[in-house]
Amino acid sequence: MTAIGKVVRTTAFKLSAIYFIVFTVFAIAFVGWISRETDRVLTQQVRDSIEAEIGILADEGLSKGLTGIVAAIEQRSRVPGASLYVIADKDGHVVAGNVTEVPPALLKQSGLDPVTVPYKRLEGDRTSNVAMVQVLPLPNGLIMLVGRDISEIDRIRTVVAKAMVIGVGLLILLALTSWFFVSRRVLKRIDQVSATSLRIMAGDLSGRLEVTGSGDEFDRLASSLNAMLDRIEDLLSGLKEVSDNIAHDLKTPLTRMRTRVEAALAGEGIGEDYRAALEATIEDADQLIRTFNALLMIARVEAGSPDGALTSLDLARIVADVAEFYEPVAEEAEVYLDLSLEEPLPMVGSRELVSQALGNLVDNAIKYVRSGENPPDTARVRVTARREGPEIVVSVADNGPGIPAAERERVLQRFVRLEKSRSQPGSGLGLSLVEAVTKLHHGAISLSDAGPGLVVTLRFPATG
Amino acid sequence: MRILLVEDDRETAAYLVKALKEAGHVPDHAADGEEGAFLAETNRYDVMVVDRMLPKKDGLTLVAEARAKGNDTPVLILSALGQVDDRVTGLRAGGDDYLAKPYAFSELLARIEVLARRRKPGEAETLLRVGDLELDRLSHQVRRGGTPIPLQPREFRLLEYLMKHAGQVVTRTMLLENVWDYHFDPQTNVIDVHISRLRSKVDKGFKDTLVHTVRGAGYMIRDSHR
Repeated sequence: MTAIGKVVRTTAFKLSAIYFIVFTVFAIAFVGWISRETDRVLTQQVRDSIEAEIGILADEGLSKGLTGIVAAIEQRSRVPGASLYVIADKDGHVVAGNVTEVPPALLKQSGLDPVTVPYKRLEGDRTSNVAMVQVLPLPNGLIMLVGRDISEIDRIRTVVAKAMVIGVGLLILLALTSWFFVSRRVLKRIDQVSATSLRIMAGDLSGRLEVTGSGDEFDRLASSLNAMLDRIEDLLSGLKEVSDNIAHDLKTPLTRMRTRVEAALAGEGIGEDYRAALEATIEDADQLIRTFNALLMIARVEAGSPDGALTSLDLARIVADVAEFYEPVAEEAEVYLDLSLEEPLPMVGSRELVSQALGNLVDNAIKYVRSGENPPDTARVRVTARREGPEIVVSVADNGPGIPAAERERVLQRFVRLEKSRSQPGSGLGLSLVEAVTKLHHGAISLSDAGPGLVVTLRFPATG
Repeated sequence: MRILLVEDDRETAAYLVKALKEAGHVPDHAADGEEGAFLAETNRYDVMVVDRMLPKKDGLTLVAEARAKGNDTPVLILSALGQVDDRVTGLRAGGDDYLAKPYAFSELLARIEVLARRRKPGEAETLLRVGDLELDRLSHQVRRGGTPIPLQPREFRLLEYLMKHAGQVVTRTMLLENVWDYHFDPQTNVIDVHISRLRSKVDKGFKDTLVHTVRGAGYMIRDSHR
């Protein structure tokens, strides 16, 4: 792209060009109209005054004859800004009047309509002036000519034309100025935006667009773009954390498997040893498959494709079933499992997914309620489900050690397992699935302090 | 029993054929959908095991066509697609059971054996009996040696499922699907805990154990004297 081409393509140039054209056309039309109107009015005035003069002179002629007319002409000629008067014989010789030279042809023709002619007022005038004149014959064979100088109208025309030139010149100047301003002030910021975007695309995700604080549209644009960048950065760091965690959680068992098989092959093992190694390998493989399935499941739920169509269901029934399902587990772990239900709790959803989500919550609660320093026989998990206005609220609370407020948001992420829970079996995907399922059902999940312990609350829109 | 295995992966198929033979069955192998359809039409099998994705003719079409021709051999569909809606599609096409890959052979074998048994009469028996344990499906009464054993409704269904398949291995997944109608992995050994609770009611205090753990596979209820 050439330098000129580049300039021509800029928005500032195009805008300035459009403004320039629009204003020029408007100015020319406006000035043209004014000059035409002025011209018309002034010409009419001249005609009117010529007619008036002729009327007066005709009256003089009627009462006093030719000498009366000549006397009147002499007298009127002395007034400043006087009209032009000529009385000539039929050969065109000027007999009386205040004009030295008129085109002789003019005196031959006699008409009623005034015409525009050049003339010289004084002997030796180098430039000829322009006048509008009317010629009329007098009874004694003489010819009378009455006219008015119209160079003033010409001067006005000149002024108008000059005004037009100056105006268009000013417009060009204005267009250039606006172009300069727009390109300097506005395009500079757009260029900044693209430069920053390029830098961000090149990998510097911490870069942000400048917000000047003026609150103009560029600031608003920059703010929205910055918000978008924040979100992208969040997502990317989340993705990075997830992939790091996937790498860790999948590689660890794979490495373990490989080492074990390698050791079994290298050792002079007997049948029993091989058997043990193979059994442990199958166990690891199963754990890997479980993790993999859970990941796929979350991805599927998050992509919004629920297993089976969503149907009308009674959440109270599901909660009761899940509680019943886990009740023996709780008993074995010496945890009291309380259930408090309001019935019915109608909603639309997938029984399978909601059951699994609730199962994960209850399972977690039973697992972690004992990891604190609960005295024996006081560990308690409380599952409640009730209607709150348009919502169904399900909560699973335990009186275990809970999760520090700062960590609550984090445990919803994939593979995130708090240090304390590393010793417990699990993939770190349970709560991620719960969150995905909740979102699929247009619900909300929140983790809060049960004082002591953790309470996970799910809110679903109720039907009916 | 005679089993038709339609599986395109040579290695998997060879392993399954060998393992099924070791388990005392007579497997026929077809490597693609058309061969499978031909074998299914010309032979009489007790169970067909059909992979869902097959060359030439996919598994679901094969099953649907066999069903349309009046073939009512129980079918177990194998698939890499394991979500509930995939399962529903599979069962709708005429499959009797659905197993997602990867699976344990013990799981496959247990399901094949349960499927084969399903055809036999006696499905509607109202009184199930294993040794001196009796379960009345109408009155929901369970007695052992004449002594009534009170069970929760879910425990009753668990015992009923085990007794219906007495002498057969029943896997944890099968129990999860058939007793609770859940198709997800509950992570924790919930099923084991339920079984141990059932055991404490059914076997505790009796000389003979009826509910047995089959290592690496699942559970089985059987009369040890037979």
